[in-house]
Amino acid sequence: MIPELGEYSLILALCLAALLAVVPLAGATTGNRLWMSYARPLARAKFLFLAVSMACLVQSFLTDDFSVAYVAGNSNTALPYYYKFSAVWGGHEGSLLLWVLILGGWTWAVAAKSEDLPLDIVARVLSVMGMIAVGFILFTLLTSSPFERLLPNSPAEGGDLNPLLQDFGLIVHPPMLYMGYVGFSVAFAFAIAALLSGRLDAAWARWSRPWTVVAWAFLTLGIALGSWWAYYELGWGGWWFWDPVENASFMPWLIGTALVHSLIVTEKRGVFKSWTVLLAIFAFSLSLLGTFLVRSGVLTSVHAFATDPARGYFVLALLGISIGGSLLLYALRAGHVKSESSFSLLSRETMLLINNIVLVVVCLMVLLGTLYPLLMDALNLGKISVGPPYFNSLFIPLMSVMIIFLGLGTVARWKQTRVSQLVAKLWLPAVLSVLTGLAVPVLAGEAYDIRVALAIMLAAWVFFSQLRDLLSKVRNKSNPIEGLRSLARSYWAMQLAHIGVAVTIVGITMVSVYSDARDLRMAPGDSIQFGPYTFVYDGVREHKGPNFVSDKARIRVLRNDAMYTEMYPEKRFYNARGNVMTEAAIDPGFTRDLYVAMGESLGDGAWAIRVQYKPYVRWIWLGGLLMTVGGLLAASDPRYRKQARREARRAQAQGGMKAQAQTQESTA
Amino acid sequence: MMRRLILFIPLLIFFAMGIFLWRGLQLDPTELPSALIGKPMPAFQLSSLYDESRTLTERDLQGKPALVNVWATWCPTCKQEHAQLNKIAREEGVTIYGINYKDDRAKANDWLQRYQDPYVLNIFDPNGTLGLDLGVYGAPETYVLDKDGIIRYRHVGEVNEKVWRQLRDVMQKLDGGAS
Repeated sequence: MIPELGEYSLILALCLAALLAVVPLAGATTGNRLWMSYARPLARAKFLFLAVSMACLVQSFLTDDFSVAYVAGNSNTALPYYYKFSAVWGGHEGSLLLWVLILGGWTWAVAAKSEDLPLDIVARVLSVMGMIAVGFILFTLLTSSPFERLLPNSPAEGGDLNPLLQDFGLIVHPPMLYMGYVGFSVAFAFAIAALLSGRLDAAWARWSRPWTVVAWAFLTLGIALGSWWAYYELGWGGWWFWDPVENASFMPWLIGTALVHSLIVTEKRGVFKSWTVLLAIFAFSLSLLGTFLVRSGVLTSVHAFATDPARGYFVLALLGISIGGSLLLYALRAGHVKSESSFSLLSRETMLLINNIVLVVVCLMVLLGTLYPLLMDALNLGKISVGPPYFNSLFIPLMSVMIIFLGLGTVARWKQTRVSQLVAKLWLPAVLSVLTGLAVPVLAGEAYDIRVALAIMLAAWVFFSQLRDLLSKVRNKSNPIEGLRSLARSYWAMQLAHIGVAVTIVGITMVSVYSDARDLRMAPGDSIQFGPYTFVYDGVREHKGPNFVSDKARIRVLRNDAMYTEMYPEKRFYNARGNVMTEAAIDPGFTRDLYVAMGESLGDGAWAIRVQYKPYVRWIWLGGLLMTVGGLLAASDPRYRKQARREARRAQAQGGMKAQAQTQESTA
Repeated sequence: MMRRLILFIPLLIFFAMGIFLWRGLQLDPTELPSALIGKPMPAFQLSSLYDESRTLTERDLQGKPALVNVWATWCPTCKQEHAQLNKIAREEGVTIYGINYKDDRAKANDWLQRYQDPYVLNIFDPNGTLGLDLGVYGAPETYVLDKDGIIRYRHVGEVNEKVWRQLRDVMQKLDGGAS
């Protein structure tokens, strides 16, 4: 009964989405305010029914209703309740429902938070989001319904969730990632609405900026969580693999980053409009492409869902209609756009343009690397695999260029900057970062590594140039404290996000170069020295979990011969699917992680044990977290709401005049 | 006019990409027909992963029907299928040869120690030369060889329960033909 209710709700949501896609847009085109005003209630109702549908699926999981095929395939009675809950999005069908639900959530949020926008814009934006929802709800219902039943022969026990996914990481990683992916649909909808209405101006940029930056923040968090999860769950301490699906989430991030910056220029200076619209279309298109790559089975990957060519064709058709349609609209409409101001070659506009170009080039390079095997195959040119060496050798130099311009762009002025100004402001940060870069490998105490020196120089460059900019902002004020207070929230947001970039660079560099790992056979009582740490292996005990049995080792860690901590790495055997999983034990720290994982039993209580020392690995995700906080802070800047209200009044006044003129015409 | 035409470029690029993706859907990446099916294993001379001084050739793979699994420590999917390979080797006594593809000897040995070793022997192919001759698309890949070392079947991607059932059918047919 409950699953049928879920499916029924989903069908109702589809009908509402179809209405949302048509009625308000028709209203906006014909100037019918009543039709336009249907947008908000329809968006709310659609979200409500999607939520009901999701609640039904959750209910089926929590009550172990194995007559539902999706539940039987992804859950098990022995699973703890929180994993039963997260198993809802552990497979293709459920995660697609989550995708649709989150899209509904964003649509609802736009409906709720847009009281200051002109009605015709709201109507168009919500209609576009309704169209996307129609496509994806149809996809769910027709090819991948999570509510399908296994009747009358329903199994007594479920097939269990993939043990890799039985983890806190899976509870949070997909929802955050989807919040980001799907969040770009708002920027996309605003761009399409602007193209449709022909009002591609600074106000449009201002309206879509907070939404874009929030989506970007969620995507950043989602990617960071995914990396963190891979680090501790996959058991060998890697944190990024250039896997096709990682790339699928990284490409929208790159374009999203470019978009966030390009929107600033469009809002403040009224230039790059056509480019910004294109980026907004690209960001969401790449999110859709990611969905296609993961769910169609064209690429093989750890993340690949069960494949079915029918699904592939469906997503490809969706892709064709939405991306093809929006690019066609762009080609037809963007020609009318005029820039509102000019800028010289040396200006903040140029710096941000370079940032944009580098990000787009990096994205193209990732796209090429991801699709290359597929492309060669389609052209019958043989079969090639592209590995991390390709990505690293292009990604690192390109990003280094961007980092240099990051510092320049922060300090440069709008419209025009003189070289002397840049030199006066930046010579000291430049010298300091070179010195820091040269010093860090010496302090690390190992063989001097020039890569570390260069990378730390870049990180220090970000840090010092930001600091320099902050100081010059404060210095003009009589009182420094007051100066700090007077800075806008969005300025602090920028500082935080940029510092986050520096922190991530430090983390990546240190952990890539100075990690240390040793593998050894350890019998009870054996110990190993690792810098100031001594690891003493006490032996293995059998341990019984809710749905697995494990061998749990106890390792005492001494620091300078004093007791420091105990670590318990595990080797788990999951009964339902017969998988063996390594659960690493990690002692996290601000400047280093201790990472212990078990290998194989070597008899007589001895085990192969791998001990790793991972310096600064937390900084990778700490940087991501700083960027996320920066993004959220920027979106919450009260300036947006004030300005939006002012603009709405102006637009309303104009719209009102136009409407009056129309009525006069028609009466005449 | 030129400016207006430039605006169509993104659309055209997208169309070209769409066509490739559409082609990609028709090609199942996990069941690529290999040009080598029905042909003997390409000749090679490479060292054993376990013992640098021992040289292996295609003749070492002859004698009985077997699986040849292309793997590497840098490939996450290899790790996923590893449990399945262990199961096949242990419980069903199937001979599995490994090709350690573009990998590091120390890392690979370490990996096998940690996750168990299902392979009877392991060919160390650090430059991917054998992989090139085989037309390896990416790791993991699994081939079925008959007792004369002729390639009978190729699977690209993870070997899971379902794929193993297919491979087993292929191998059983080979056995039937031989007896």
